[in-house]
Amino acid sequence: MRVQSMHFQARAGEKLADTRLQKNLKKLAEKFVSARATVMQEIDYEATRQAAVERRNRVLDRLDVWIEIFEQNAKARGATVLFAETPAQASELVVEIAKRHDVKRVTKSKSMVSEEMALNAALEAAGVESVETDLGEYILQINDNEPPSHIIAPVIHKDKEEVSDLFSRVHQKPKLTDIGELTREAREALRPKFLSSDMGVTGGNFLIAETGSVAIVTNEGNEGMCTVMPRVHVAVTGIEKILPTFEDFATMVRLLTRSATGQSISNYISLLTGVRAPGEPDGPDHMYVVLVDGGRSSLLGSEFQEMLRCIRCGACMNHCPVYQKIGGHAYGWVYPGPMGSVLTPSYVGLENALDLPQAATMCGECHVVCPVAIPLPNLLRKLRERQFDRHLRPTAERFLMAAWGFVAVRPNLYALLTTISNRFLRSLGRNKGRIQHLSMVKDWTDFRDLPTPAMKTFRELYADRVARTDSATSGGPR
Amino acid sequence: MTAEKPRVALFVTCLVDLMRPEIGFSTLKLLEHADCEVIVPEGQTCCGQPAYNAGDRRTAHQLAVRVLAQIEGFDYVVIPSGSCAGMIKVHYLDLFVNDPEMKRRMGDLIPKLFELTDFLANVVKVETIPGKIDGQVTYHDSCSGLRELGISAQPRALLEKIPGLKLVEMKNCQSCCGFGGAFSLKYGNVSAAIVDDKVNNIHATGAQAVVLGDLGCMLNIEGRLRRLGDERTQVLHIAQVLAGDVASGSQ
Repeated sequence: MRVQSMHFQARAGEKLADTRLQKNLKKLAEKFVSARATVMQEIDYEATRQAAVERRNRVLDRLDVWIEIFEQNAKARGATVLFAETPAQASELVVEIAKRHDVKRVTKSKSMVSEEMALNAALEAAGVESVETDLGEYILQINDNEPPSHIIAPVIHKDKEEVSDLFSRVHQKPKLTDIGELTREAREALRPKFLSSDMGVTGGNFLIAETGSVAIVTNEGNEGMCTVMPRVHVAVTGIEKILPTFEDFATMVRLLTRSATGQSISNYISLLTGVRAPGEPDGPDHMYVVLVDGGRSSLLGSEFQEMLRCIRCGACMNHCPVYQKIGGHAYGWVYPGPMGSVLTPSYVGLENALDLPQAATMCGECHVVCPVAIPLPNLLRKLRERQFDRHLRPTAERFLMAAWGFVAVRPNLYALLTTISNRFLRSLGRNKGRIQHLSMVKDWTDFRDLPTPAMKTFRELYADRVARTDSATSGGPR
Repeated sequence: MTAEKPRVALFVTCLVDLMRPEIGFSTLKLLEHADCEVIVPEGQTCCGQPAYNAGDRRTAHQLAVRVLAQIEGFDYVVIPSGSCAGMIKVHYLDLFVNDPEMKRRMGDLIPKLFELTDFLANVVKVETIPGKIDGQVTYHDSCSGLRELGISAQPRALLEKIPGLKLVEMKNCQSCCGFGGAFSLKYGNVSAAIVDDKVNNIHATGAQAVVLGDLGCMLNIEGRLRRLGDERTQVLHIAQVLAGDVASGSQ
């Protein structure tokens, strides 16, 4: 996906002004938050989370070993495991596979890594039709390949009416308003595609090393159509998705579905191991697993390694006060919200996503709801440190911070300068005790009054009080 | 022989010092009411959090070294701010990550450092509160205090001791108010959209005041209320309420 993160500020402004989107985001915020809270009571969240952290850390500590074990076991069951250093290379591999197997039509289940790869565009350029079959991704595809705005619910920024209008326009059918009917219309459009598909492309929520299996967690039923029916199945996912055992997977699933959609378990969980063996009723003739690096290995051994524990649940963005107000598109790439604000600069370059680590209130709620306890606010702060060190912040800001630091370690100078600035600000406030326009802090005063500082600081007043007490207690009868 | 009073250092915080010194005096009053000997270390400026959150570790480190020297060696350190207390208690160790001696000194300090309501409720275990306020208030949980220090039950337990005060919880009392420090100065429009939710939730309670424990939240919420034309809803620091230093009219 093309990086648009450098337009964050402008886009955020547009999103705030979009009343329809604001209504839809409000629904998202309430629904996802309360659904998660309800089902999380079914388990011991802290204990399960701690177990998940340990299991994910175990993988990351020797990721190379677990990838090898996965590869060995997948190959033993007839799958081919391929590695791609960049998402673009991964797309090339998938196009090659399609050509090798004379594929004309691909049916696709949802995959965020395939968005990193811009896979559909690569397939189309090679003359292969690629049809999104997740309902949300299908809606986006027929809407001129609009990008997803959420990693679990790609079309959460739209309401039913928008989908209804879109279907009527693109399907060239009378407008429907009932959700069941709209879904049926989508199913009718997709069924012939499923039945004539040469190759299914999916993501992989996890890869199980001990058996060489691809684990896919879904709700809609489209994934099975893509993995069991076509003669070729390609699963693309990030290298960090390996888990050693099914035990590990069970722990992750407990947290994934509850954190993502507020479900105790999803409607479908598929464990896909190799090709159709002789005598088996279904399965692909050929299976490929494409492991994508895309910058992940550069995080290993770095102060950002913990980010690789991410199980792509989306809880962080659901609970983020910023995401709840601007939605996912403002973040400008595949991954939005708090996890996107760490991954985007890490994978596409800090200089291309300067706003993302800054556009956070550091409230910490993302860390609280992260099922694998990723310290997201700390990671965002570390990115801010990188920006600061690399002089990627405005010069004025660096200068002001240095000046303030210089003054703040010199209490007498601090006292003098704050007295002066306090007087100045009070004069700006006239007699109202508040300032309504101050261009230096335009982002504040455009929306809020700024209360003026005190006439005298606490330090001055306390010193006065001490002086009064001293003179009262020294000399003279009581 | 009278028992020795605990020696408590009061770290007032830069925003209290510059913007609302009366909160510092309310805090002082509460600590003295709780029978503490209060010392205000001289030359206090700032805990360094603005620099730390801006990614300027060097400036933050300089300030942290100074602050540690100012506040160590007392029986307790009390701070009327969850975010400043959190900065010192949680994040100074990150700033001193490569300095074993500083880490050792922090190890001595951390168990003695408290946010104000935590100190009053859990250390001193005050039975009575000097404050008296008749009416309905609601409470906003500041993010750092809540998520870094676990401040939630303490202010509510203390407010409950005030006769005549009725606490009405607002929807999403634990949600961020949108201040986020420099965030409010860089992404003002997003910040304002977030605080609007908080303002709506406050209004929905019918409370005459919102009580909170942090100056950042205070200035943000009050600033937006007033800009929206609400001159009635008071925005009060919990120290003022507990100390009984609240004017009966609008602030």
